[in-house]
Amino acid sequence: MRIACLAVVLSLWAGVAAAFELEDHARIDGTGPRVLRIVSTADLEVFAPYLDAFHRRYPQITLDYSVASSSDLHRAIREEAAFDLVISSAMDLQFQLVNDGYARSHQSEHAEALPVWARWRDQIFAFTTEPAVVVISTERFAGLAIPSTRQELTAILRDNPERFLGAVGTYDVRESGLGYLFATQEARATDAYWRLSEVMGRLDPRLYCCSNAMIDDVDSGRLALAYNVLGSYAADRLAGGSGGRLQILRMSDFSNVILRTAFIAHNASEPEAAGWFLDLLLDIGLRDTPGPWPLPPVGDGSGDAGTVFGPIRLGPSLMVYLDPLNRQAFLSEWMDAIVQQ
Amino acid sequence: MMRTASIWQRLTLLLAGVAALLSLLSWSMVSALAREAAERTQDNVLAASATIIAETLRSEQGEVRLELPYAAFSMLGAISEDRVFYRVTAEDRLLTGYADLPAPRPPASGTGRVGFETADYRGEAVRMASITRQILAGSAPVAVTVTVAQTRAGVSAIASALSRTAAMLSVAFFVVAVGLSAFAARASLRPLNEIAAAVARRGPSDLRPLRRKAPAELAPLMTSLNRLMERLGSSIRRSEDFIAEAAHRVRTPLATVRAQAEVALRSVEDDDTKQRLRRMIRAVDESSRSAGQLLDHATVAYRADDLARSRIDLADLAARTTAALSPTAALRDIALRLDTMPAEVTGDAVLLDNALRNVLDNAIKYSPEDTCVTLAIRRETGTARISVTDEGPGLGDGADGDLTERFRRGANAEGIVGSGLGLTIARDVLVAHGGRLELGAGPDGRGACVSLVLPLS
Repeated sequence: MRIACLAVVLSLWAGVAAAFELEDHARIDGTGPRVLRIVSTADLEVFAPYLDAFHRRYPQITLDYSVASSSDLHRAIREEAAFDLVISSAMDLQFQLVNDGYARSHQSEHAEALPVWARWRDQIFAFTTEPAVVVISTERFAGLAIPSTRQELTAILRDNPERFLGAVGTYDVRESGLGYLFATQEARATDAYWRLSEVMGRLDPRLYCCSNAMIDDVDSGRLALAYNVLGSYAADRLAGGSGGRLQILRMSDFSNVILRTAFIAHNASEPEAAGWFLDLLLDIGLRDTPGPWPLPPVGDGSGDAGTVFGPIRLGPSLMVYLDPLNRQAFLSEWMDAIVQQ
Repeated sequence: MMRTASIWQRLTLLLAGVAALLSLLSWSMVSALAREAAERTQDNVLAASATIIAETLRSEQGEVRLELPYAAFSMLGAISEDRVFYRVTAEDRLLTGYADLPAPRPPASGTGRVGFETADYRGEAVRMASITRQILAGSAPVAVTVTVAQTRAGVSAIASALSRTAAMLSVAFFVVAVGLSAFAARASLRPLNEIAAAVARRGPSDLRPLRRKAPAELAPLMTSLNRLMERLGSSIRRSEDFIAEAAHRVRTPLATVRAQAEVALRSVEDDDTKQRLRRMIRAVDESSRSAGQLLDHATVAYRADDLARSRIDLADLAARTTAALSPTAALRDIALRLDTMPAEVTGDAVLLDNALRNVLDNAIKYSPEDTCVTLAIRRETGTARISVTDEGPGLGDGADGDLTERFRRGANAEGIVGSGLGLTIARDVLVAHGGRLELGAGPDGRGACVSLVLPLS
């Protein structure tokens, strides 16, 4: 653990505990009385360097960092939970919150420096671009050709049911906001998504809430393949040493790139400190060199080399799949394909 | 002459005022049109969005079904970064969307038409487009209303950007208009200035009528001016005639009287009568001289107002005047000595001759017999000085100024014919030429020295 003074309190935090379930919570005590409350979907291990950096620059401010799932976070903000800065990778939910007036405006040099597609109004700002990837276990893929498109992947899964039965993992889109975003955007972009989903559905897939859990299971060999994993987490794990057990694949036919976004809550009690933290994130997000940061930079919008697709656009169209009727329709189709009950 | 703001200034100011008014008017009109255009664009996109959503409405197993199309919202996102809200209701039941979005007015002419409305929602003004469609759900048709709303920041941004551009164009228009106004005012005043210049260029005695083309507005002025000059010309001619006539009428009988008196003087023996006749001759001389000087003075007064300007060499002038007076001097055995050098001045030769003659005449008159009168010309810095020195009794203690007053004569003038106008005439001529008359004593404090100082040309 990189933060010595980190006190981890699991799900014991009073305050909004009733409103939603905290996955993790950390607090870095500052020298002054001011407390900056951040709620985020990013795991503590991933986000610790950012908290550290802020603490070094503004030691007087106490940092209170809560981790929640994107849907829980979304619900908490709608219920006016007391947070200053809201960070999430589920950009559709984030966008809806901002559209509905849960964000306050923030103007700064760093915000101005962001490319236009990475911000909306002066309220929501992206500080990373992260692709969705496929993570495979090299051991369980031994002897098979490495697929580079969904079509090839579908074919491999269909042709080797005995090898992949119960060994395919993907997001449970009913629970995970990010998983839902990946699925809807992919369904909109390519027909191959539904064919792949149906093939996966026949293989009795395991459904997950989070990228990390999926990567864990691929690493341990329980899964042969995890579909639609947040690339930054996988890359982080790979860099952390997986002994060659993991391999990251990017589909060349289409690849989702999401923006991890942050906004200052409209009811923030520390909007100034929240602005400082936001500017720090944007400063790191706008860097040219990879640096020691676990999350990738915003970049020029082209994503990594090898994909021709830009990031998902911040705009009202993100709200289309959040509409209850649309969500219901999509989920029932998804259930038909994946759960096949 | 009372000066008021020039016509050019007034005209330019007036035209600039008109230009400013027009600029302001065009700016406000363009701004209003820009806002209108931006609003209509938003209305059209909102209408398209609501229509697309309404077209996906369908009935399935007696229920109204709806799938929000992606394009309906992405088109709203494409035009601006405005917040988007929507609501779909079947009769009064909410199907989906924001329940608290203000209820739209029913469109003016039934279903199928898009109605627009502006309202406040979540602290911001929103523009709403609504469309109602009848869907057959179960046995009865249901009126389903789709409302799409968007905040208006984008409209305002476009409108104010265009308004700024329009403002800059208006200012540019105004500046150009002012420049053109100044030019136009100057151009339309050119005939007037030309006439003024033509009048100013004329010589002092040039009273010919102006013959030049003038715009209709200036024709009355030209006619009046020409008529005035005509009247002035005839008035001058009349007074010249009068002066000549008066001189003739006065001098001729006086000469006759004098001649007759002389004849009588020679034919009488009686001393007493002789004495009276001599007194009479002196009185006639005095009258003749006075008449001459009065005419001179009138001529000076008239000509000095309208001075001719020609180049005159004072040495020549002095020589001519001296020559004209030498018979008079010879009568009394007075020698006229000339000590001159060339000195050129600008002025009226007739007047200068007149002035010099009066001064010389005075000197001769007041000099005792068998003396000398000296006329010297000297050039000084910027001026020329003609000094006339005699060996007479001098000017006495009277101040210089007094002696040059009209009809004033010096204290030592007893027994000498004179009108007292000589020095006045000389002074007036010199002042008209920008010079001055200086009176003083001759060298060694004897006699008088009168100097005529004139600026060199």
